[in-house]
Amino acid sequence: MTTAEKPVLPVARTCPFAPPEEYTRMREDQALTQVSIPDGKHAWVVTRHEDARRVLNDRRFSSNRFHPGYPFLVEGGNPFRGSQARPMISMDAAEHSAARKSVLGEFTVKRVDALRPRIQEIVDGLIDDMLSIGGEVDLVDMLSLPVPSLVICELLGVPYEDHDFFQGNTRKFASRDNVEEERHAAVGRLRSYLSDLVTAKEADPGDDLLGRQIVKLRAEGTYEHEALVSLAFSLLVAGHETTANMISLGTVALLENPDQLAKIQADPGRTLPAIEELLRYFTIVDAVTARVATEDVEISGTTIRAGDGVVVLGYPANWDPDVFASPERLDLERGARHHVAFGFGPHQCLGQNLARAELQIVFDTLFRRIPTLKLAKPVDDLAFKDEAAIYGLYQLPVTW
Amino acid sequence: MKIIADTGKCVGAGQCVLTEPELFDQSEDDGTVIVLNDKPEGELVEKAREAVNVCPSQALSLQE
Repeated sequence: MTTAEKPVLPVARTCPFAPPEEYTRMREDQALTQVSIPDGKHAWVVTRHEDARRVLNDRRFSSNRFHPGYPFLVEGGNPFRGSQARPMISMDAAEHSAARKSVLGEFTVKRVDALRPRIQEIVDGLIDDMLSIGGEVDLVDMLSLPVPSLVICELLGVPYEDHDFFQGNTRKFASRDNVEEERHAAVGRLRSYLSDLVTAKEADPGDDLLGRQIVKLRAEGTYEHEALVSLAFSLLVAGHETTANMISLGTVALLENPDQLAKIQADPGRTLPAIEELLRYFTIVDAVTARVATEDVEISGTTIRAGDGVVVLGYPANWDPDVFASPERLDLERGARHHVAFGFGPHQCLGQNLARAELQIVFDTLFRRIPTLKLAKPVDDLAFKDEAAIYGLYQLPVTW
Repeated sequence: MKIIADTGKCVGAGQCVLTEPELFDQSEDDGTVIVLNDKPEGELVEKAREAVNVCPSQALSLQE
């Protein structure tokens, strides 16, 4: 096969409720597919569920974005180059484990449960605002984005009044449409902002995640300013576009499937399992699960050579009919917890339980308080983020 | 059946606690798994299997 014949990644979504056909074809044709990626290199693509979990939990595949073989799905490569401290997402093995465990205590199931009353208060306040406006509102603007934004800001100790600044720069950073310089500049602006914030907390560490990390790491003798800036960056960015987009997409899916929505409304105990299915069904992030092989590894009969890039596509893996029967059917009761929408292996999303809590509280509260909620436009007229690295909706006009 | 947990492999995702808080907890310090009951019986057996299946780092296994 010549280079010209190789499929090209990334592939834009065309149907709002299904993976690109190219992804499905890749999964059906062979376990591993070689593709061309924007920097002109080739990479292996993993599309089957079992292979996806195997690769993501195999430490011979590195997450190091500074490795020359690491496959980026945007031109220009590593947006963190020039940073003085590597983000956790780019670390491997013991270095990664130590960094993750240092902050994991903030994201345990119990710690997240303790945040629930405050999340509920935030959601209720935002829905009060929606109801007071009435008519037609943009759910992205009124609810989807402010919920995770307010929650992560309070958790980290980032002033929410700066949200226009960091939401805008997060969007620029996550967009595949922006040119390389713009993405890199957005990272620089965010890091500079967070560096100033961390400096202020060094003088006066408050009782927030960043302040607690300063106190804890200083006591251990391992505190580094740049490392905390990197952590703050990762948590702030990861806490925004992801959950916000799942709130919007989940709302559309529930409104389009009223019989299934009715079951959740009748029994809030069904919401959490339903969220797992929504996560599987949309699998909004498919680019962060790239890896580079550090030695030769055989996956399903194909040898991936040391230095080769591998892109694990969670979307086709989560629609693998061998694991999820009739994957195109949104079945909120299917029991989809083994999806890979949060990734898998040592890098599996650190904030996944916070995301679950936010989604559960939003869906339970939104449809309880506004049971007549409906789309203000047909689904076909909604602006889906077909090209973005994190799938979602630009706007979601609703009424009731 | 006995639940075996490898805290060295554990990445603290909390999937096990979410599956069955009667069987699992997390360390407050670093989030790693704490097995509260390593010999599940009755309905908890199926929960233990589910926890093993969803564990992202395969830190949990079962001795049948």
